[in-house]
Amino acid sequence: MSHPENATEFLKDQAKAKWHDETLWFVRDKRDRISKTIPEWEQLRDLASQIKDNVLVNLASYLEDFERNALQNGIKIHWAADAEEHNQHVLRILQEKNCKAIVKSKSILTEECHLNPYLEKEGIEVVDTDLGERIVQFLNQPPSHIVLPAIHLKKGEISDLFHEKLQTEKGNDDPYYLTQAARIHLREKFLGAKVAITGVNFGIAETGEFVVCTNEGNADMGVHLADVHIACMGIEKILPRRKDLGVFLRLLARSATGQPITNYNSHFRSPSPGKEIHIVLVDNGRTAQLAREKFKNSLKCIRCGACMNTCPIYRRSGGFSYGSTVPGPIGSILSPGLDMKKHSTLPFASTLCGSCSDVCPVKINIHEQLYEWRQEITKTHGEFGKGLSMKLANGIFKSPLAYKISGNLMRAALRALPDSMIYHPLNTWGKSRNLPETPTETFQQWYQKNRP
Amino acid sequence: MENFKPNVALFIPCYVDQFYPKVGIATLELLEKLGCKVSFPAGQTCCGQPLANAGYERDTIGTTRHFVAIFKNFDYVVAPSGSCVLHVKEHSPRVPSLEKEQKELHDKVFELTEFITDILKVERLEGRFQHRVGYHASCHGQRGLRLASSSELNQIPFNKARKLLGNLEGLDWVELDRTDECCGFGGTFAVTEEALSIRMGRDRLEDHLQHQVEIITGGDMSCIMHLEGIATREGQKIKFMHIAEILNQAIT
Repeated sequence: MSHPENATEFLKDQAKAKWHDETLWFVRDKRDRISKTIPEWEQLRDLASQIKDNVLVNLASYLEDFERNALQNGIKIHWAADAEEHNQHVLRILQEKNCKAIVKSKSILTEECHLNPYLEKEGIEVVDTDLGERIVQFLNQPPSHIVLPAIHLKKGEISDLFHEKLQTEKGNDDPYYLTQAARIHLREKFLGAKVAITGVNFGIAETGEFVVCTNEGNADMGVHLADVHIACMGIEKILPRRKDLGVFLRLLARSATGQPITNYNSHFRSPSPGKEIHIVLVDNGRTAQLAREKFKNSLKCIRCGACMNTCPIYRRSGGFSYGSTVPGPIGSILSPGLDMKKHSTLPFASTLCGSCSDVCPVKINIHEQLYEWRQEITKTHGEFGKGLSMKLANGIFKSPLAYKISGNLMRAALRALPDSMIYHPLNTWGKSRNLPETPTETFQQWYQKNRP
Repeated sequence: MENFKPNVALFIPCYVDQFYPKVGIATLELLEKLGCKVSFPAGQTCCGQPLANAGYERDTIGTTRHFVAIFKNFDYVVAPSGSCVLHVKEHSPRVPSLEKEQKELHDKVFELTEFITDILKVERLEGRFQHRVGYHASCHGQRGLRLASSSELNQIPFNKARKLLGNLEGLDWVELDRTDECCGFGGTFAVTEEALSIRMGRDRLEDHLQHQVEIITGGDMSCIMHLEGIATREGQKIKFMHIAEILNQAIT
């Protein structure tokens, strides 16, 4: 289904749509307020953007530094050109360890690679340990938001779900009670897993260490109890130096949830005695995006989700309306690079209001890239009728006479036609909106008469 | 201001020409009152924005060439629209052999309120407008041309429209809950994403209605056409005026 169809469906439940809008606006507002307590906020954004510029220009050498340093630290490195290779690496490690059940903390990359169904097909139990992710996993849904995976659900729905899955009291929707139930349930899973998978927020080239940020401490719990830690990392997650974290960690939590700092920013540098750390470095379309001059800086993204919280479209259509792993504005500039046909409506799911670009902590010009994707998409996937009418319009607008004739005809028609015809169902504008009253003369006509 | 009488060309967006001649007239009269020599070069059509935003920027070269030919010989080009000005400056395609004229032209195209505050350097307007006014910030003016500080950014607050309206005697400027959220017009978005467009428009209207706004104003008639269209359909009593209409009426 296209974005407009999904959005229309989402908006049918008006009360819930309003709640969704207000909930995410609350997060955006919190981000606004905390960002304004940092006098150097805009300089931090500039700095972060420049550091990422440097990373993108020198990505190959930073990746080599990162690999060399990580290997020296006793970490094992695996390179994956695409999702399939990523999944194969993970499966191979699990098979070597004879592991049948794993815990996984939040990783958008493993969602992108569809790791869960891949492993489940091989008979491996995958338990997402982030609370929101566990909730959507119970429902067999993907996350609807990259930071707040279950933000589309109200607590009553979670109460019903936990009653069914975790045998909690029927109708008890107290958040503390439900969280305790999830804790007890997850504790067992943590204790039973020999391998833990995490994502990576930042990989540091100069040290070969990586940083994982979670609010729940679930990544740490999983990793410390398991013998083997597999960290799945997109190749763009590199930062040159450890001190760059001083810029990025300050921006990330404030942009994501309006917190001063993420609760757990854990640095992993080398495995404890007797344990193993593996990093799977994944391309999956990233180098192709890097080669697209107009779109390459979409790779600066640190997955904070601020553009989703601020987007007036996302807030009113929900994450699932996008039909892509990363929803919202940033997803709409990343996804067409992966599959332009499938995601051809996404760059049009925007008014180009520019709010996404202004909240972005690494200053990705998101709305300008949405505009640029439109130019690309219409070259190959433009509907014929739309293309034709656009060419016609250019014919009209470059000729003053043609413009005058068609304008006069249009206004005459609007004045003469009965409302029932103007507000015909085929006139999408008029379904829920009136047209302006048609004036008797245009400005041009007025000017000629009054200012000869 | 005494010796400075710039030769200003009025750039009237196509839908203003066709549907809102009164906004064109108000802009013309206002600029004249502020001491400009204003003319309306004949043969104007459309800047090409609807096509470009729909993904057909490459098909607007003819339109753009026409635009440059009409406006290149003026000191300034002023339009009662942030959106069309932004399009001309940022999204009109480069026309082969006209690059120099285009660049020079882009530096002298202005949206009305920024022209008054930044070029005419008007510090305060004296006049009277006894109404409770809600300001709708069009996104292209707001975040494109930076006509006001953005709620997302950590910057010193400013608002060029408010600077002009704020001094009018009797004008009650209303603070909204969401000062610069999009109304959902978005050009072709208004029809391709109809359901969302209407929802966004209703939410914007509600913010004004909850604050007992009498008149919604703004710098872009496209947003106002959309908001007014919804308000009229739903029988709301709230009124709509372009900022040029308010200023022109107030300073007589």
